[in-house]
Amino acid sequence: MITVKNLTKTYINGEIVTPVLKGIDLEINTGEFIAIMGKSGAGKSTLLYQISLLDKPTTGAIAVNEIDILKLSETERTDFRLRKLGYIFQDYALVPELTAEENVAIPLIMQGVPYEKAKEKARTIIDSIDMKGKYSNRPNQLSGGQQQRVSVARAIVQQPEILFADEPTANLDSTSSKQVIELLHELHKKGQTIVMVTHEPEYTKYCDRIIYLEDGKITNYDYKV
Amino acid sequence: MAALSLIKKYLRFSKVGSFLGIRQIKHGSIWINLLIISIMTLTFLSLVVIPGILIGLTEGSFEQNREHLTGDLYLTTLSDKESIINTQDIIRVLDTLPEVQSYSVRYQIGSTVEAGYIKRDDFTKDAENLSISAYAIHPEQEEETTNISNFIVEGEMLKSNESGYVLVGATLLEKYSAFSDLFEPLKNVEVGEPVRITLQGNALQGLERDQAFLEGDSRPGQTSEFIVKGILDSKVGELSTAIFMNEQDYRRIARKTSLQAQQIAIKHTDTITDEQFKELALFYGFDTYAKVQTATEAIPKFLSDVQETFGLLGNMIGAIGIVVSSITIFIVIYINALTRRKFIGILKGIGISEGAIEFAYVMQSIFYALLGIGFGLIILYGFLVPFFIQNPIDFPFSDGILVAKVGPTLIRAFILILVTMIAGFLPARIIVRQNTLDSILQR
Repeated sequence: MITVKNLTKTYINGEIVTPVLKGIDLEINTGEFIAIMGKSGAGKSTLLYQISLLDKPTTGAIAVNEIDILKLSETERTDFRLRKLGYIFQDYALVPELTAEENVAIPLIMQGVPYEKAKEKARTIIDSIDMKGKYSNRPNQLSGGQQQRVSVARAIVQQPEILFADEPTANLDSTSSKQVIELLHELHKKGQTIVMVTHEPEYTKYCDRIIYLEDGKITNYDYKV
Repeated sequence: MAALSLIKKYLRFSKVGSFLGIRQIKHGSIWINLLIISIMTLTFLSLVVIPGILIGLTEGSFEQNREHLTGDLYLTTLSDKESIINTQDIIRVLDTLPEVQSYSVRYQIGSTVEAGYIKRDDFTKDAENLSISAYAIHPEQEEETTNISNFIVEGEMLKSNESGYVLVGATLLEKYSAFSDLFEPLKNVEVGEPVRITLQGNALQGLERDQAFLEGDSRPGQTSEFIVKGILDSKVGELSTAIFMNEQDYRRIARKTSLQAQQIAIKHTDTITDEQFKELALFYGFDTYAKVQTATEAIPKFLSDVQETFGLLGNMIGAIGIVVSSITIFIVIYINALTRRKFIGILKGIGISEGAIEFAYVMQSIFYALLGIGFGLIILYGFLVPFFIQNPIDFPFSDGILVAKVGPTLIRAFILILVTMIAGFLPARIIVRQNTLDSILQR
């Protein structure tokens, strides 16, 4: 469960002060599939970065499973991300030198899983996302949709408690987008907590809740789909 | 327990770092890799070859001194004595020691050599002459110990069963040494031609002696005529500035009954080191009668000073090479890390520790250093060292070789690896420590 209280984020660039999040209060329950929506510049991605430990808020409190994540050191935050969280980025963000299976296996190797075992598990996950036989393909040998599916596989391989997806369909055609959303839906059905930023309403149909952001504030907090 | 978990953590870093590093090298540009490896090879060579050649210039001289003058152990007169007293006792001991491979006993005497005295145009003037050192030797013993015949550039080596012949050092002759600050070289010396040698003592010289000759005073045992049998040209100064004659000629001419020598050069077998052999000599009390020095100790001081200076220069040049190469590695790794900043951010984002990412870059640096050093070693020992042995540098007082002893070479290699590791680590750290989100979003 994620609890966010009075969260603010302000960017300061010289004399230019830009408040992006202006006091966010939010609770996300275990097993929920949440969509964060809003116009460009509303602060959707910024909110996701704060609660996913990729960035630090200016003020406020964030607790993930009752752990105050703002008190963690940088090393602890990295380790927390490795063990508890999964990420799907808008532009897939696969490491270009690694093959599909290596991209998926690397979080496991970092956790100390032996290479062969990690590779085996990575292959199982890759098989489950309908990409059997693409183990040795490097990202530039895969289509956008395939890359995003590998990205999903990498995010879920270590069975994270929460999966964060930052506009996962933004760079995909409609077929690939549907495949990715179906994939997330399947994961959600198995109990995976998912927080997804999107600006496409049609891909929120499987979400439990949609949180609307406008000008750094939640305007519609608990709208049920 | 904490130490164990720390070790485990760093092992994991190294595992993931290697995993990433190897793949970055494998999929990186082959030309960039080759360029960096070439730089590392050249740096390593500059680190080893330049000091090696500088030291080799003097080392060649040391080796020649050992091989052709002093042997492995060099006995000379004590400072307050004119000869090695009890020379014959020392020889008797040497004859019983299985560690002795060979030795040469030398009798040194001041002398004057005259040349062209028969064909000179004006007999009212002195014949050309030079005051030099004469060495009386046993030719076969000398040959066995110092291979002196290697330096005969004209004529032949002396034989112990012959009499009346000498070898003349090339530096004394105008033909080989057209310019000299210290003396006027002899012009009329050829193999097969006579020279007149006056050994130190009460003999008259020059016009006085000519007058004495006219008066029938030939003073046998002091001055004698020799035929030049060979000319010696060596970069060991003592050889090419002296004359050599048979021991029995020396005794006959100088009427010497004393068997006390001035130098004994000894070669030992490979079963013993110089220092151990010196210990043995001291055990037998040689130091009571002679100054006992290993070949290294007998090196002239100016040469060891030159070597020290050259060593210092070589190290300075090598250090500059290291700085240049570490800056190169720093820039290359920095650019590499900077262009991959987004992926570094993503790796951090998905939980790959900073240490593991930094290790990947350190690993790349080590890879470049190891390969560069590997190629450097192949070039060094496969080509350069044999080349300089075959084609030594012609240096005034030695044949310069390339000295690349394994120990110091490996130390230099280790220093290069260490410096390269640091040069790879620093830029990686600079990039890796940047804010994760800024790296991902390339802000």
